Amino acid sequence: MPWNLDSDRPIFIQIVEHLQYDIVSGYYQPGQRLPSVRDLAAEAAVNPNTMQRALSELERDGYMHSERTSGRFITEDKGMIDELKKQLATAQIEVFLETMKRLGLSNDEIQVLVKESMKE
Amino acid sequence: MSKLVDIKGLTKNYESITALYNVNLELESGHIVGLLGPNGSGKTTLIKILCGLLQPTSGLVQVDGHNIGVETKSVVSYLPDQTYLDGNMTIRDIFALFVDFYRDFDINRAYNMLNVLRINPDAKLKTLSKGNKEKVQLILVMSRRAKLYVLDEPIAGVDPAARDFILNTIISNYDPSATILISTHLISDVESILDDVIFLQYGQIALHASVDEIRSREGKSVDALFREVYRC
Repeated sequence: MPWNLDSDRPIFIQIVEHLQYDIVSGYYQPGQRLPSVRDLAAEAAVNPNTMQRALSELERDGYMHSERTSGRFITEDKGMIDELKKQLATAQIEVFLETMKRLGLSNDEIQVLVKESMKE
Repeated sequence: MSKLVDIKGLTKNYESITALYNVNLELESGHIVGLLGPNGSGKTTLIKILCGLLQPTSGLVQVDGHNIGVETKSVVSYLPDQTYLDGNMTIRDIFALFVDFYRDFDINRAYNMLNVLRINPDAKLKTLSKGNKEKVQLILVMSRRAKLYVLDEPIAGVDPAARDFILNTIISNYDPSATILISTHLISDVESILDDVIFLQYGQIALHASVDEIRSREGKSVDALFREVYRC
């Protein structure tokens, strides 16, 4: 997935989110070894220190872990990844519902529209 | 974290003009720092003092624990805003010159980068396009194993693809224990590779903060903040 970073939010948070999406979507498989910090930083065109900080955060949350000599790996705990997927999806749905409410749509109307869109 | 750069009470006057006034600045190892400010705010003066090309009028300036001099010049790698190289030299000659001049110059690394760019080492510097000239000079600077890299406007006047190459070179050749100081006014292009930014204004430091600190505190990019602070 290309790294499209917004200019107005902290880069660190955006990197964490991006990697979470890569884990959930299966771009990085459970147990897979991650590229080095330097390669990831170059790929995302960000500062290696910021990348390092984001990876440490994901490690702290348990989504990845380091082996002292062989690198950094994605968790093999699929339950945890599914939980993360649900969290990320819920956050997107909340944003969506907020927008629909601003358009003045009721829950029933939203459901009808969503179903119609999904048929297409 | 060790103090790599230590500046206390630095003032620089050019006859009646004050370019820097009572600047205090500390930089640690392992950071990429943007030196930002409008034209005439003192960026190049500060850089030239760090590189030993200008003498301060007053104040203390140390790099890696030494006053500016022979010891500091051997650990500072400087990309000037204007070239000092003879355009009639070939790139091969220039690399050889750097091997003679700098003990920490890694010639293999330099040739590798040149290869990636498919620039002919036997070409004379003056025959290269502006973008390629900039790239060759960056290769020279980044092929040294220095503690402090000082890049004065490294991406001015090159096309976006060359800019990406230059930023990528900076990231991928950067030794995590070294510090890079980049002066530029093209903030949005470099913002994502910086740890910290320094805003200079009228020869003084108006702001010294981390990029993410600014983004989370102000809810806007450093570029947007800069435009606000320096609105004409």
